[in-house]
Amino acid sequence: MTTYTRPTRSPLQKFLEKSPVHVAIVFMCLVWTFPTAGIFISSFRDPQAIRSSGWWTVFAHPFEFTQWTLQNYYQVFAAQGMASAFMNSLIVTIPAVVIPVTVAAFAAYAFAWMDFPGRDFFFTLVIGLMVIPIQMALIPVLRIYTSTGLNGTFLGIWLAHASFGLPLAIYLLYNYISQLPREILESAFIDGASHFTAFTQLVLPLSIPAIASFCIFQFLWVWNDLLVALVFLGTSPDVAIVTSRLSDLVGSRGQDWHLLTSGAFITMAIPLTVFISLQRYFVRGLLAGSVKG
Amino acid sequence: MSLQSNKTPQSLADILTLAPIRLVASLIVPVLTFIIMYWSFNFMNDKEAPKLLVMLVGLFIGIFGVWILYWSTDNLVSWLPTENLRQGVRPFVFVGPAMTMLVTFLIYPTFNTIYLSFKDARSVNFVGLQNYVFAFTSPDMKIAFVNNITWLIVVTTGSVMFGLLVAVLVDRVSYEGFAKSLIFLPMAISFVGASVIWRFVYAYQPANRPQIGILNALLVMFGGDPIGWLIERSFNNFALMAIMIWLQTGFCMVILSAALKGVPTELMEAARIDGANEWQIFFSIVIPQIYGTIITVATTVAIAVLKVFDVVFVMTSGQHGTEVIANRMYVETFRNRDFGHGSALSVILLIAVIPIIVVNIRNFREQRKSN
Repeated sequence: MTTYTRPTRSPLQKFLEKSPVHVAIVFMCLVWTFPTAGIFISSFRDPQAIRSSGWWTVFAHPFEFTQWTLQNYYQVFAAQGMASAFMNSLIVTIPAVVIPVTVAAFAAYAFAWMDFPGRDFFFTLVIGLMVIPIQMALIPVLRIYTSTGLNGTFLGIWLAHASFGLPLAIYLLYNYISQLPREILESAFIDGASHFTAFTQLVLPLSIPAIASFCIFQFLWVWNDLLVALVFLGTSPDVAIVTSRLSDLVGSRGQDWHLLTSGAFITMAIPLTVFISLQRYFVRGLLAGSVKG
Repeated sequence: MSLQSNKTPQSLADILTLAPIRLVASLIVPVLTFIIMYWSFNFMNDKEAPKLLVMLVGLFIGIFGVWILYWSTDNLVSWLPTENLRQGVRPFVFVGPAMTMLVTFLIYPTFNTIYLSFKDARSVNFVGLQNYVFAFTSPDMKIAFVNNITWLIVVTTGSVMFGLLVAVLVDRVSYEGFAKSLIFLPMAISFVGASVIWRFVYAYQPANRPQIGILNALLVMFGGDPIGWLIERSFNNFALMAIMIWLQTGFCMVILSAALKGVPTELMEAARIDGANEWQIFFSIVIPQIYGTIITVATTVAIAVLKVFDVVFVMTSGQHGTEVIANRMYVETFRNRDFGHGSALSVILLIAVIPIIVVNIRNFREQRKSN
């Protein structure tokens, strides 16, 4: 019986052996980044230049600084109402993330550590609601809103987004909170802590990772949403958010690529930043099993 | 925050002095909170109010108001006479608000939508199954059904296959993290943003002018004629599906990559020693090991695809044969103001996800049993 020894290879040899893998990965990465790169580069080009030559032609002379301009951003911010839409997006998004995470944390704690009649039934309900298409809610909620005057107000869209995000929030936080070591909580109760103290002083600080990953989900979902905003907020300039503004621009200025490219990049700037800086939490949340309806 | 009242007051003096104050406080605080919240809801409802102020009030109520509400109701419960009663009521302080929101915004609407789907456009008269007859027979809807099914098949398999491909490939290189981030990045981009991005990729100019869309530029470079990707009926649907695949592949990759790393290496080593090649290892060891994850990922993508709206709405508004159910639902409800048609289409989407709901619930039950 001969012993099999692998021939020793130089790093270069190893690299070349894997070259089909490298080529395939680089190709995929290029296909996945090129579309976004096109928008990004074009948004800094002169409107005339965008119309008359492909954006990739700038690679022939990237350091001709006269071809770059911030005019597009200025125009889309000032003249096309993107500045106020950006503000509106922030106004819509922040409370629409904070409210559901608080409400869900309390509920998740109760489901995990308190005993009450109907607990299993309610939790099953929450799981069932996770994948309900939000289309099911639009018409009745709109009718409620029209009769209470909540239609087209920020409060209305906060409550809608908060509620639509709740099932996923409760599920994610429950998965995390119910796995906390039982001894920690029991010793707190022995020391006379109430549920409220145990929740605020102990469970909440320990659950920060799960809370963070839900916040990122909800942030991306609310900021990037178009449907809920169209239905409950509308497209009038004083309340329109960036996605509905951009979608309007596609309809009304569909060939003005200087506006569309810079507008698109404005809508993407914040989610991309959040995403890149907090990717770790986001991935953790994904792996904890998140499906949203 | 340790203003707690589970513990009974120690001495008589405590009971005489502290108890009434605390009882009054725990009654007044919730009442005040409710008044402030009520006032602020009216304020936030006011369309004339300055936006920034509305947001600040909203944030304040959203963070502090909600907390004070929980805290003060919890405090109120502490004044209930018996321990049994306190323990019985307290859980509902914790879950009550969440359940109220779910009932108002999801459960009641679900039943209401089913009910409205049997009524006419203005929700006045019963029309029986007429809305469903429309949903299954009108020419637009037939296109929508065929398209939705094509979307489901193409996008789900496409995203899962590309996701798996990338996950397997990057596992073998040193720059795994970087490559994954690039593929993953579109997940942060909105459907509307992605639509604009791809509209630029598909941009069309007549043959005698320079192409500014990269796809047509490549086509012309290789001697072809530029194509109106979004208008040509034979492939405009696939042009839209490509956007969704581009968006969803990153999600599939992350989950599948984690599953791949969980496949025991001893298993693969053993197969390798037995002389299996990489392909055999992949198909007869790795795939069976991660099969469950593949199904989960495919289901998640399928749910997202089923409700696809934004991409179609922004790119084509469902014209040129690209209609899908969710876009039709929006158009029927909010452009044509036909709540009957809109509700029926929503119910059809609901019926499509019911099997998934059932499986989710069953999985959860089993998981709980095994714990």
